[in-house]
Amino acid sequence: MRYLPLTPDDREAMLAAIGAKSIDDLFIDVPQAARRDGFVDLPRVAGELEVERALSAMAGKNATASTVPFFCGAGAYKHHIPATVDHVIQRSEFLTSYTPYQPEIAQGTLQYLYEFQTQVANLTGMEVANASLYDGSTAMAEGVLMATRVTRRNKAVISGGVHPHYVKATETVVHAVGVETEALTAAVDAEDAVIAAIDKDTACVVVQTPNVFGTATDVTKIAEAAHAAGALLIVVVTEAVSMGLLKSPGEMGADIVAAEGQSIGNALNFGGPYIGLFATREKLLRQTPGRYCGETVDAEGKRGFVLTLSTREQHIRRDKATSNICTNSGLCCLAFSIHMSLLGETGLRQLALLNHEKAVATRDALAAIPGVEILTPRFFNEFAVKLPRNAADVVQTMADNGVLCGVPYSRLNPDAGLDDVLLVAATETTLDADIKILAGALAKVLAA
Amino acid sequence: MSTMNTVGRPTAPNEGLDANYKPATLTGGRGLLQDEPLIFEGEGWGKTGVDLPKPATNGSDLGDLVRKDPIGLPGLSEPEAMRHYVRLSQKNHAIDLAVYPLGSCTMKHNPRLNEKMARLPGFSDIHPLQPQSTVQGALELMDQLAHWLTTLTGMPAVALSPKAGAHGELCGLMAIRAAHQAKGEHEQRRKVLVPTSAHGTNPATAAFVGYSVVEVAQTDDGRVDVADLASKLGPDVAAIMVTNPNTCGLFERDILEISRLTHEAGAYFYCDGANFNAIVGRVRPGDLGVDAMHINLHKTFSTPHGGGGPGAGPVVLSEALAPFAPAPWVVNTGDGYKLVEREEDEAEQAFGRLCAFQGQMGMYVRALSYMMSHGSDGLRQVAEDAVLNANYIKARLEDLMSVAFPEGPCMHEALFDDEWLKGTDITTLDFAKAMIDEGFHPMTMYFPLVVHGAMLIEPTETESKAELDRFIEAMRLLAGAAKAGDVERFKGAPFHAPLRRLDETRAARSPRLRWAAPEGSNRAG
Repeated sequence: MRYLPLTPDDREAMLAAIGAKSIDDLFIDVPQAARRDGFVDLPRVAGELEVERALSAMAGKNATASTVPFFCGAGAYKHHIPATVDHVIQRSEFLTSYTPYQPEIAQGTLQYLYEFQTQVANLTGMEVANASLYDGSTAMAEGVLMATRVTRRNKAVISGGVHPHYVKATETVVHAVGVETEALTAAVDAEDAVIAAIDKDTACVVVQTPNVFGTATDVTKIAEAAHAAGALLIVVVTEAVSMGLLKSPGEMGADIVAAEGQSIGNALNFGGPYIGLFATREKLLRQTPGRYCGETVDAEGKRGFVLTLSTREQHIRRDKATSNICTNSGLCCLAFSIHMSLLGETGLRQLALLNHEKAVATRDALAAIPGVEILTPRFFNEFAVKLPRNAADVVQTMADNGVLCGVPYSRLNPDAGLDDVLLVAATETTLDADIKILAGALAKVLAA
Repeated sequence: MSTMNTVGRPTAPNEGLDANYKPATLTGGRGLLQDEPLIFEGEGWGKTGVDLPKPATNGSDLGDLVRKDPIGLPGLSEPEAMRHYVRLSQKNHAIDLAVYPLGSCTMKHNPRLNEKMARLPGFSDIHPLQPQSTVQGALELMDQLAHWLTTLTGMPAVALSPKAGAHGELCGLMAIRAAHQAKGEHEQRRKVLVPTSAHGTNPATAAFVGYSVVEVAQTDDGRVDVADLASKLGPDVAAIMVTNPNTCGLFERDILEISRLTHEAGAYFYCDGANFNAIVGRVRPGDLGVDAMHINLHKTFSTPHGGGGPGAGPVVLSEALAPFAPAPWVVNTGDGYKLVEREEDEAEQAFGRLCAFQGQMGMYVRALSYMMSHGSDGLRQVAEDAVLNANYIKARLEDLMSVAFPEGPCMHEALFDDEWLKGTDITTLDFAKAMIDEGFHPMTMYFPLVVHGAMLIEPTETESKAELDRFIEAMRLLAGAAKAGDVERFKGAPFHAPLRRLDETRAARSPRLRWAAPEGSNRAG
């Protein structure tokens, strides 16, 4: 087997050195009843070529985003990733290293994490950012739990504009520890209803902008209302590129930002691995989850970086830790950071504007189709439309005709009575020709 | 004679010089090791390394929603970016460089076929919410992965979506919680029993889900104290969390008794599968009475650790817990594959959802690529070679270093304590830092907590005998130096790493977690 270096002679010599007669001697602690002779019922060893053929056959059955007119978003976005990104993250020193617990031989990882934390803090307009969590949805759950620790209150008010899967992932975890959630009614302009739901028991208010319907909102007023009631404001962002064009959550008064960073540097990957961005205010630092990289000096006074503030973490605090998380999205952070370094502020702003322009062009094309109603007045690169028919059916018919026209809202939340709502996203990768095909095909499907 | 090679002739060192004269460099760079500033400290403000079409508008249609102030993000051209990250990379240890013997981390070779497969557009360039008819191959892959994992573990079901080992623990305990709720026993079962040797995530997860944690004692031979466990089991216990093989690198000999007692008390057996690599293909956790176990795909199944993530932690579940698995999951309908995304409908007992989408698809592809490559015969060999390598290290070092639990074989990792360093004034930390100077990544140190000055060495099966011998020789030389009183070699170490020993206390006391513009500068940030 090509990944196993020991030869039969090696094994024999090593058993002799150990003083064991056979390999079975080393497994004597396994109870007799649980020992298995022979191989489990699975195929035997396979060469590279065989494995590659089998997996390529599976891959070949999927319609890839780059080969069809593609307008899916709803929390995962198709962007172009510079070739440099994937080359660098496959370098052995990044790909095959562990968590940088020995900082003297992990400065490569630590320095990029420090740069990543700074980029995320600046992008979100916050004071500090951690070294990332699993994804945007788990970052939101962690944010809600953190808010209950900070405020010693027990209820989260969640806007009806937050991605339904984020709400579900959050509720699943926080309900287990007795935190209550008040999830407000789903609506394109759901943020308008948030302030009225805040009361003296509210630990935090969770809003998303742009929200799941694409609506971009200035949440400053919500922040003020939350703060006046002694609650924290958590801002969720599922499309990180939007922060290159829109006011940052920090600028609007967010206390915690829980964002999905996939859009920068990371491929769609059918949903993972992604990268949870988590940023907050410095005064709340000790209550935050996850890992941090911090600056220090070595014995000669040279600047270096280490993992720090670990007295919040599970390996030190065990059952008193702020979270059970034991990892970050390391390599995804690197991809994010490289892409962001290549973009720079100039490139990011350009990229964001291009996204917006493509979405506006797509909206204009769809608005001209009889029966299609545009629901989202102000958006970044995604908007909701109302169709005269069940959106999931339309999406399926369009897919059968080779166009991935978006995500039916009902797939995320079948109970909202919004079966006719379609979420449509465009990015810099969207071609004018794709928009034409989309509009033409949709008009035809709706007319049929 | 000049050594300058101006006409293509071979060069040679100058004669008559003091070979020991080694001045500090003037710039901070050292040969191949470049002194690399932060991207924020360069001249990249306003620069970009991407060529995008010029936008035709300025976002004015968004009015006051538009961000006006500088963001604070420097840019790099492509050559500058390559240099920056390649320079950084050269300051990292890596499996591809040398043995990486971190106990409980399973730092094995990461096959490049896995990387190639994960990057097939059919896996990497598909959206999690595409119509299911357009991603049948992706769902087939998830179904295949589930088949391999359930077959190898002898368990009937698997929840794929947890994103890391600790996330898997969360999944397992949530399923256990849901099962007790379904039986109406949740209110009375508020405790989780955890051995003292457990990884920190176990008690942290139990607490995260709202349980109180009760520690179970350990015997002198490094295993769960069954009598203590039995005395703590009762109608108030929801689950036990036991790692097997355990964090001392030992198989729990009484595992069948442990699971029997647990089930008799009406509790569930959560097994931390971090060390599955030691038994894969030889022992099925299902045969041990396990109810839930996470599998770190980044350990046993070779997906890369990537400097700390992303991981993946699918959880296999027993019949009793399977109905409570979180959404989503894949069903083979016979007429294609279906992704069940909601706990309603056919999945009404599911405890909810753990993340936005399907979990770590990129890791699923890599893990399946690894498993298919090995096959059932190769995977059994994995466990055997992993255990053989660890016992070989133990056998070759036990005359110099003190083995924490010397009786009997270890499994995939060898645990030493610091008894043998007594009187040398050298600590486990000092010894670890001296290993760095010899070109090796240190073993896991000070874990498990139950062993004083613990040194936990896990070589994995992907080390050759020659590399093991090289490592053992280095350890023996270092141990000899420690015992000979060469204290300075250890106290000051590392001397030859990119940096000397770092001041972690200072970093924690006054945290600097981001670059900030120097005072008086008008830079953002």
